[in-house]
Amino acid sequence: MSQIIYNSFDREVHPPYLSPDYQSTVLRAPSKPLMVLKQSLSELTGPVFGDFNLGEFDNDLTKNALKNGQPLGERIVVHGKVMNENGQPIPNTLIEIWQANAAGRYIHKVDQHDAPLDPNFLGAGRCITDSEGNYKFYTIKPGAYPWGNHHNAWRPNHIHFSLFGANITNRLVTQMYFPGDPLLQYDPIFLGVPPKGRDLLISAFDLSLTEPSFALGYRFNFVLRGHNATPFERQ
Amino acid sequence: MKQTPSQTVGPYFAYSLTPEQYLYDFKSYADSVMVNPLENPDTITITGKVFDGAGVPIPDAMIEVWQSDHQNQLFGRCGTGTLADNRFVFYTTKPTSVNGQAPYLSVIIFMRGQLIHTYTRIYFEDEVTLNETDEVLNSVPSDRKHTLIATKNGNSYEFNIIMQGEKETVFFDI
Ligand SMILES: [Fe+2]
Repeated sequence: MSQIIYNSFDREVHPPYLSPDYQSTVLRAPSKPLMVLKQSLSELTGPVFGDFNLGEFDNDLTKNALKNGQPLGERIVVHGKVMNENGQPIPNTLIEIWQANAAGRYIHKVDQHDAPLDPNFLGAGRCITDSEGNYKFYTIKPGAYPWGNHHNAWRPNHIHFSLFGANITNRLVTQMYFPGDPLLQYDPIFLGVPPKGRDLLISAFDLSLTEPSFALGYRFNFVLRGHNATPFERQ
Repeated sequence: MKQTPSQTVGPYFAYSLTPEQYLYDFKSYADSVMVNPLENPDTITITGKVFDGAGVPIPDAMIEVWQSDHQNQLFGRCGTGTLADNRFVFYTTKPTSVNGQAPYLSVIIFMRGQLIHTYTRIYFEDEVTLNETDEVLNSVPSDRKHTLIATKNGNSYEFNIIMQGEKETVFFDI
């Protein structure tokens, strides 16, 4: 049996812990070097998601919280594929998303931004990638919102994504941005990513995914950490 | 292909990732009750706080634990924003030794102010013999080893996570 070792984080594209322009990192970033760990059973396994009963509209945020009408804003559909670094699809990846509404307001109780909540929009969804690693969400394009990091700080439009692939080394939490957003150049969270990685966080508008008279289409693919060998085959 | 870069979980994850714990109207995929205490008399709790570099408990962290041994594969998730003193609490059974290693849980830590998550492990104070011979624990500087070991109080174990500074928890590059 060959020993499978999962690749490390690619530090050429991942942000560092300490990124002082993003002020909250200053007291929360580890200050000592990480200890290198030999991977063992718990790193090479992870929760299995097939048995979770997804709700009918879990991947449709335009429908999963209706109270008295439709959510306001621009409907979008986001398609993508989850792959490893060799381009092989990763099926059964749990994808969870959350976002602000069209006005830039989160339903989270801590968000006090003076913009309206939408009674018909929760802003949370989830799905599991299919056998080809594909996923799809319908949602509303999230609005920009201010935050307290520095004077006149605004977050660019973004959707938060959480992915859980085959094991805990594959864990990824990230944010999807939109092409051409003028706020990206001022955002210390986006700019915390090294220059080589930044374009990988910007979705692509795709007319072929756009649904006529219904929703604009965007594509956003994910690449999770791969490994050094093909999986062990039973003989 | 290049890995997709990480970004912070931010302050507003709860209504998607831990909705029932925070009383949002959305079903939770995972929670902190990994085994049902009513059905498992050997249930343990693992509780603790997450401290920033100024020694202040962090109220908006999310902790995930993964327990994988030859008996159980259990996953738990808990935010630090709902319990008194910004604690997390997991209900589980004690993991068992795999291949002679000391039993442990893998931990993944997310929070606003972390652009990429951190990994640590929870070992157990009452596993004296296995802890002494464990390869991973012995690879850690001896004066930091205790940061990976939960202290026991009856059926409850205490495990605090210190993000930064002199008493910083050991975090792993896995
Ligand atoms: Fe956000």
